[in-house]
Amino acid sequence: MVAITTEPIDMNAAYQHVSTGAAGAITFFFGTVRDNTQNRPVERLEYEAYDRMAVAKMQEIADEACQRWDIRNYAIIHRKGNLTIGDMAVLIAVATPHRADAFDACRYIIDTLKQQVPIWKKEIFEDGQVWVDAHP
Amino acid sequence: MSNRVSVQLFGITREIVGSSVLTLDLPQTGQVGDLLTNLKTQYPALNGLRSLLIAVNGEYAEADQSLHPNDEIALIPPVSGG
Repeated sequence: MVAITTEPIDMNAAYQHVSTGAAGAITFFFGTVRDNTQNRPVERLEYEAYDRMAVAKMQEIADEACQRWDIRNYAIIHRKGNLTIGDMAVLIAVATPHRADAFDACRYIIDTLKQQVPIWKKEIFEDGQVWVDAHP
Repeated sequence: MSNRVSVQLFGITREIVGSSVLTLDLPQTGQVGDLLTNLKTQYPALNGLRSLLIAVNGEYAEADQSLHPNDEIALIPPVSGG
C-alpha cells in the first residue's frame, strides 16, 4: 500500500500490513525530523504534497521495486503538514523471502522517493525558514 | 480563441507567486516550454530555483508537450520529501 497522510504514521499497522508467512525478512526505514541542519537548530518542518501525483509516483516506484526484487508485501507512507522534532515523516516497509532483497528494495524505494515524488519540506528555524534544496 | 490553462503551485513556487492556482492564456499551440518561459518572465524569482518542472495530468512533461485547457497542470519546484 502507498499513502499520504496528515495523521501520525502507525508503524504497528504497517507491520501488520506487510507481515506474511512467505517472508523471512521485513525491513523498515523511518525518516524522522532531525533537530538541526548543518548545526543550525531546526524548530519544526512543514511538509506539503501534490497528493494525486505523489501517490501515483509512489505506486510507480513500488511497482518498479516489485519488478526488481521478490517483494511479497510493502508499505510506503508519507506524512504531510506540521511535524516537530522526532516525528516520523516517512515509513518504508518491505517483506521478502530473504534479507538481501528486503534491504536493497527498501533502500531503492526511499532513495527514489526522495528524487521523484512531488513532496516539499520547509525548515523552520528560530530566525527564518527555508524550502529545502530549492536553490542551488 | 484563447488557450486558457490553470496551473497548480506548490512549495516555494506558491510563495513566489502568492497563490496556489494561477490562470493564464497561452497561444493555441501552447507547449510546456512556452508556459515555463511565460511564468519565468512574470515571476523572475523562479529563475533562481535549482530546477523547475511542469507536470501534466500527473506526469513530468517535456518542453515540447502541447497543453490543452482541460489538462491538470502543476509547477514542480525541486522536491524534498523523505
